[in-house]
Amino acid sequence: MRSTSGHRRTERVALLEVDDLRTAFHTRNGVVRAVDGVSFCIDRGETLGIVGESGSGKSVTCLSLLGLVPQPPGRIEGAGAVLEGIDLLRCPQEVLRGIRGRRIAMIFQDPMTSLNPYMTIEEQLMEPLLIHEKIGRAAAARMALQALQEVGVPEAEQRIRSYPHQFSGGMRQRVMIAMALIGKPDLLIADEPTTALDVTVQAQILDLIAQQQRQRGVAVIFISHDLSVVAGFCDRVMVMYAGRVVETADTRAIFREPKHPYTRALQRSRPAMQAKGGELYVIPGLPPDLSRPLPGCAFAPRCEFAVADCGRTEMRLQDVGAGQASACLRVQRGELTLQ
Amino acid sequence: MQEPLLELKGVKTHFPLERGMLFGRGAATVKAVDGVSLSIAQGEVLGLVGESGCGKSTLARTILRLVPPTEGTVILAGRNLAELAPEELRAARADFQMVFQDPYASLNPRMTVYDTIAEAIQAHRAVSRAELAAEVSALLNRVGLAARFSRKYPHEFSGGQRQRIAVARALAVRPRLIVADEPVSALDVSIQAQVINLLAGLAREMGLTMIFISHDLAVVKHISDRIAVMYLGKIVELGPAAEVLEHPLHPYTKALASAMPLPDPERERTRRRILLAGDPPSPVNPPAGCPFHPRCAYAIPECSREQPRLESFRPGHEAACLRLEQVNAD
Amino acid sequence: MSATATASPALAADAVEPGRSLWQDAWARLRRNRMAVIGGVVLIVLTALSLFGPLFLAYSYEEQNLALGAAPPSAAHLLGTDKLGRDQLARLFFGGRVSLLVGLAATSVSLTIGVLWGSIAGYAGGRLDAVMMRVVDILYALPFTIFVILLMTVFGRNFILLFVAIGAVEWLTMARIVRGQVLALKRQEFIEAAVALGLRKSRIVLRHVVPNVLGPVMVYTTLTIPAVMLLEAFLSFLGLGVQPPMSSWGLLIKEGAEQMEEAPWLLIYPAAVFAATLFSLNFLGDGLRDALDVRASKD
Repeated sequence: MRSTSGHRRTERVALLEVDDLRTAFHTRNGVVRAVDGVSFCIDRGETLGIVGESGSGKSVTCLSLLGLVPQPPGRIEGAGAVLEGIDLLRCPQEVLRGIRGRRIAMIFQDPMTSLNPYMTIEEQLMEPLLIHEKIGRAAAARMALQALQEVGVPEAEQRIRSYPHQFSGGMRQRVMIAMALIGKPDLLIADEPTTALDVTVQAQILDLIAQQQRQRGVAVIFISHDLSVVAGFCDRVMVMYAGRVVETADTRAIFREPKHPYTRALQRSRPAMQAKGGELYVIPGLPPDLSRPLPGCAFAPRCEFAVADCGRTEMRLQDVGAGQASACLRVQRGELTLQ
Repeated sequence: MQEPLLELKGVKTHFPLERGMLFGRGAATVKAVDGVSLSIAQGEVLGLVGESGCGKSTLARTILRLVPPTEGTVILAGRNLAELAPEELRAARADFQMVFQDPYASLNPRMTVYDTIAEAIQAHRAVSRAELAAEVSALLNRVGLAARFSRKYPHEFSGGQRQRIAVARALAVRPRLIVADEPVSALDVSIQAQVINLLAGLAREMGLTMIFISHDLAVVKHISDRIAVMYLGKIVELGPAAEVLEHPLHPYTKALASAMPLPDPERERTRRRILLAGDPPSPVNPPAGCPFHPRCAYAIPECSREQPRLESFRPGHEAACLRLEQVNAD
Repeated sequence: MSATATASPALAADAVEPGRSLWQDAWARLRRNRMAVIGGVVLIVLTALSLFGPLFLAYSYEEQNLALGAAPPSAAHLLGTDKLGRDQLARLFFGGRVSLLVGLAATSVSLTIGVLWGSIAGYAGGRLDAVMMRVVDILYALPFTIFVILLMTVFGRNFILLFVAIGAVEWLTMARIVRGQVLALKRQEFIEAAVALGLRKSRIVLRHVVPNVLGPVMVYTTLTIPAVMLLEAFLSFLGLGVQPPMSSWGLLIKEGAEQMEEAPWLLIYPAAVFAATLFSLNFLGDGLRDALDVRASKD
C-alpha cells in the first residue's frame, strides 16, 4: 500500500525524505505492522510535529530511521529514507553510527532512563564529542560546560560533575537537550520530551527547544500525543493513526480546518474544547489490533462519517489544497468538510 | 447549612529523612503537607492541582489515613479519624476510598476481577453468594464493563478498563468520599475522556463527594466545582473552578494557568506566557515565609519573613499572598 | 485478546469468559523451554525409579553377599556390588529415595519458615522487622558444620534431625529473599488499595502479599533442593549423615570415592545420577525464573 507524500519539493532538496517506510514486528502472536507506509519530508530548519496516540507508530517511525529498532523481531523496509544523499535504511552500520548523535540527535521522554546513572553529566556531555570529533579532553570539557550553560542550568560549573539522580526531571531534560545539540546536528528528534514533566517545566523546556532551534537553525521533529503542545511549536503537523499518516498540514490550517475525521476527533477530545459540566466527547471504539490486516481506512470502524467505500478502498495521502494532505476518502472526493 | 463532609484543620504531614540507626536522625524533614485547612461539602467535586513535590498525593494519603498526619485533624462525617481505635478505623474506611494513578499497579495481578470486587464488597458487609454475584455484575455494568469478563485477570485488560475496575472496587464499599489521585494521567487522551465522564457521571448520579487530583488543568477545570492550588505543601489559592483558572489571583496560579498549552496555534504563539525561573523546589526544608517567594516576580522582602494566609479577595475565592491587591491591580 | 469496553453496558446474559491467569501464562512459557522440560522429565524418571525401582529388583539394599565382594557390573547385579556384596542398583534406588526425601523435606521446612518469617518481617516493617532480621543475621553467622556436629552430638545421629538441621539453615536465605520481595511489593498500589479498603492485615498478607512473592520463591526453591542435597551428601561424606546399611547418594559417593581405584563403578554411577539430578533441578529452576519473569507477562 503506497502513500504519497503531501509535499513535493521541486527546487530545494529536503534534509530528510522518507518514502513508504514500513516497520513490522514479527511476534509469536502475529506480525504487528507498527509503521505501515509512512512518507514525509522535512527541510533544514523546519519544525515538524508528529501527533498520535500510543500505538500510532509515531515513535517507531523515528526509531526506525535511526536504526534503533531491534531486527529481529522488527523488520524495517521501505522505498527509502534519504538524509541528503544517504539512504538510512540501506547504508552500512558504521555510516549509520556516524550519523546518530552527529547529524541526527534524539531526545526521549524519560530522561532518567536515557541518562547513564553511573556517569557524571560532564562525562556524558563529552562522550559524543570525543567519539565524533577528534578533539582533546580539555577542549571537550570546555564545550561541555558551555553547552550546559546554554541550556540554562544554573551554577553549571559546580553542577556539571553531578550525577543524573541529583538533578530534577526538568534539569535532566535540559541535560539531554544539551547532549543532543552539542554535536551540532542537522536534525533533532524529540520523542515526547515534555510528557513526563510538570506544566510549568514543560513550558520552560518548550521555550528552550524553540530558542535553540531558532539560534542554530536545526530542524526538529517533535513527537507528541498532545495537539496543543505541537500547536505552539511546529510549522507543520503530521497526524498518525494505526501506523499510517492520515493528515499533514501547516499548523494553523490543521487547527482551523482539519481535513481528517481523526484529527477533528482528537481536537474535540480535549477537555479545554468543551463546555464545562457536559460530557466529554469520546472517540467510540478502541484502537485497532495492528497484527490484523486493516483493509481500507484504519479509522473507518470508529469514524462517524464512514461509508461503505471507506472499508474497501486503499487509503492514500493526497493533496487537498492549501498545503494540506489528507488520507480521508470522502474529503478527497470533496464530499466532506469538517468543522 | 449542612455540615461539611470533610474538614481538614492545620494538617501537616512530615517525613523525617533517616540517617540510619547508628548515626542518629538527620535534621532534614520532608514537609510534604505543611498546614492545610479545607472544608468540602457533601456532593462537591474539589479539584486539587499542583506540580510534583507540592504534596497533593501525600495530602490524599493523609486524608485516607494511609499515612498518619504529623499535626492537625482530619474530620470525616463529623468523626475525628485520629480518635478512632484501629478496629473502628478499619471499619470507617468504607466511607472513603481512593482511585490510584497507575492502572497497572493498582490491581492485584493474581486475582480475577470478580475476586477483587467481591473482596471489596465483603470487606465490611456479609453478603450471600447469590447476592455477591449480582452485585459484582451490577458494579461492572455501572462502570461500563461487561459482566462476562469478570473471571479475567487484570493483565488481560487495557489501561482504561483497569481504571474502571479500580473505580468499581472503590464503589463496592459504598463510600461517601472518593479521592481520585491522577486517575487519568497514565492513559491516552481519548481514553481519558471515557474515565473522566465515568467519574463525573458517578459523582452526579450517586451524590458522591470527590477530590480530583491532577496536574492537567483542563481536565480538572472540566470536572470540578472548586479548585485548590497547592504549592510546597500549602494551599495557595481556593475558589470556583473556572474562576481560579481564568482569573487567577495568586502569582503561582497565574504562571500555572499561562503554562497550559492552548489548542489554538494563533493564541498559543501570540500569548504572553509567564515563565517561572528554576524548578519546582523540593519539600525538604522549604523556604521561610511564603513558599513561592524565591520564584515570584512580585516578591518583596517581607515575603521571605511572613507566611501569608488564605484571604478572600472575591466572594468564595481566596488566595494566600501578601500582595494580593498589587498583583491583581488590572 | 482484549476485552471490549463500550460506553453502554453490555448484556450480562452471556456466559462468563474464562480468564488466563499469570500462572497459566508462565506454565505455557515453561513448556516451551526445552532444557527445563528435559530437566523436568529426568527428575520425574529418577524419582519414579527411586520410588518404584526396588519393587522390580531381586535384591534389597541391605542384603549382603560377602562371597561376591566388590564385583563389577554383571547380569545379576547391573551396577555391581560393594565390598559387602550389596547390590548397587538397589542401593542407588534406595539412596535416591533418601536424597530426594531429604531434599524435599528440608526444603519444605525452610520454605514454610522462610516465607512466613520474611513476609511478616517485610510487611510489618519498623522494629519488628529489624528484630526479626537481626535474628536471621545472627543465625547466618553460625558455621553450619559446627552447628550440625553440635546437634548430632547432643541428640545423637537421627534421620529426622538431618532434616531439621538442614532446614534450619536454609530458611535464612529464603526469609531474606521473601522480605526483599515483600518490601518491593509493599510500594505497589494494590497493597495500598487493600489497606484503604479496610481489609485485615492477615488477609492482606495471605491474599495479596504471599501470592505475589511466590514466583521468586518457587525459583529459589528449585535451586535450594540441589543445595540441600549437596549438604546432605557433604554430611554423609563426613560420616555425620545417613549411616549404612541405609544409603543416600552422598553416602554412596563417599564409599565409592574410598574405593575409587579398585572399584570405579561404585563411584561412577552414583555420581552420574546425582549430577543428573542437580543439573535437572537447575535447568528447571532457570526455566521457572524465565517463565515467571513478570516483565514478560505485562502487556
